[in-house]
Amino acid sequence: MSAPVAIFPEAPGTLAFCARLLRRQLVLALRRPVDIGNPLLFFAMVVALFPLGLGPAPGTLATFAPGILWIVALLANLLTADNLFRGDFDDGSLEQLLLSPQPLYTSVLAYVLSQWLVTGALLALLSPLFALMLNLAPGAIPTLVCSLLLGSGVLSLVGGIGAALTVGLRRGGMLVALLILPFYMPVLIFGSAAVQAAVIGAPAGAHLAILGAMLCLALALAPLAIGAALRISVDA
Amino acid sequence: MWSFFHKLGSPPWLYGIAGSILRWLLPLTLLALIAGASWGLLFTPPDFRQGNSYRIIYIHVPAAVVALAGYYVMALAGAVSLIWKMKMADVAMKACAPVGAALTFIALVTGAIWGKPTWGTWWVWDARITSMLILLFLYLGVIALYEAYDNKAAAAKACAVLSLVGTVNIPIIYKSVDWWYSLHQPASIKFTGGSTIDPSMLYPLMLMIASFYALFTCCLLLNMRVEILRREARTNWVRKLVGA
Repeated sequence: MSAPVAIFPEAPGTLAFCARLLRRQLVLALRRPVDIGNPLLFFAMVVALFPLGLGPAPGTLATFAPGILWIVALLANLLTADNLFRGDFDDGSLEQLLLSPQPLYTSVLAYVLSQWLVTGALLALLSPLFALMLNLAPGAIPTLVCSLLLGSGVLSLVGGIGAALTVGLRRGGMLVALLILPFYMPVLIFGSAAVQAAVIGAPAGAHLAILGAMLCLALALAPLAIGAALRISVDA
Repeated sequence: MWSFFHKLGSPPWLYGIAGSILRWLLPLTLLALIAGASWGLLFTPPDFRQGNSYRIIYIHVPAAVVALAGYYVMALAGAVSLIWKMKMADVAMKACAPVGAALTFIALVTGAIWGKPTWGTWWVWDARITSMLILLFLYLGVIALYEAYDNKAAAAKACAVLSLVGTVNIPIIYKSVDWWYSLHQPASIKFTGGSTIDPSMLYPLMLMIASFYALFTCCLLLNMRVEILRREARTNWVRKLVGA
């Protein structure tokens, strides 16, 4: 990590650079609060669709609530995945990032972390509200929040791969969904299984542990794939 | 050894060698397919529980096995193209995707047809069926990504990254749906420990699996030849070949 400093004496260290990148992304996001609110609004609206479609009987809703909450969280993540690199690709700052001597792995992590903070983490913290609306057993709510916090990290990282692969394409939106939804499926299985286990009072630790393992694997490998995909997209 | 490796990068050489392999592999494959299919469908004893309906195994299992292997061939070709920047590996990867998708589709359809008499339903959300469906989505995703790029060199690289991500994920997807729910019978053929399938049924099945691998290779080579011609359409050797 000393190489960039040797070539450019003024260059910040890797960690300082990532912190600045993260701060920049968060400032950009906070300047457009509507973009942060949109996924939450989407989440709320789709949650409202289920009682209309399935009928408002509390028993029915409670049965399906773990699955509904997880699927809707997944779709909300999917909607935001496409925009991760779009703005920076259009104005050329992505190219500068690729040319910079900073390791791409950590820079990419900063991007994904910023996106996760304003979508996945926010959604997870607000999910108890929607859980109550769908009549989920109150005892399962802490598990729901934990599973969403862990799982949405994986979703953001995998979504980053899809975003990086399609950032150079004009019609990316639909394609991102087709590319990354198959990879979301294991997360969905264990996320909703954890909540279902908590509903019936069974221990959910094993499911959460597997989600955590997936997060570790994604943290280790996804930035490499995102970096490679960004280079391909910028070169094309 | 290395000169062989470098020759692989040459389109005319690869086109020629694929042609001469196909000249004997294609008739041999058709022969093996006909032999294996008639052995399996006509001359093996019926199953004591499933009667004659089990015979679809001679299409279903080979298609499923080769579909899964095909994904790894595609990812391997993608890795070769990313590491050694070999254009012909791109061609191989691109040629794999439709063949693999078709085989996955065949495995799903024959599975549904087999499921109706044995399980009483066309479709169940069972672990293996679900993971084959996801495999089909992965193949179709690679094809969709390739078609979305105008720059075909970048398309191939992007598909290579996607298929490599897929190789990490396929075992995870497989294990997760396996833990999720399972109805499908466990694998009958095991290389370690005893198989639970009678030799009189096993040998034709083995022959069919081998001929499906050969069929996959034939389709791959045919697809590659077409793709090479399409890419090299403006070069002299292709013009000479088609006599234009």
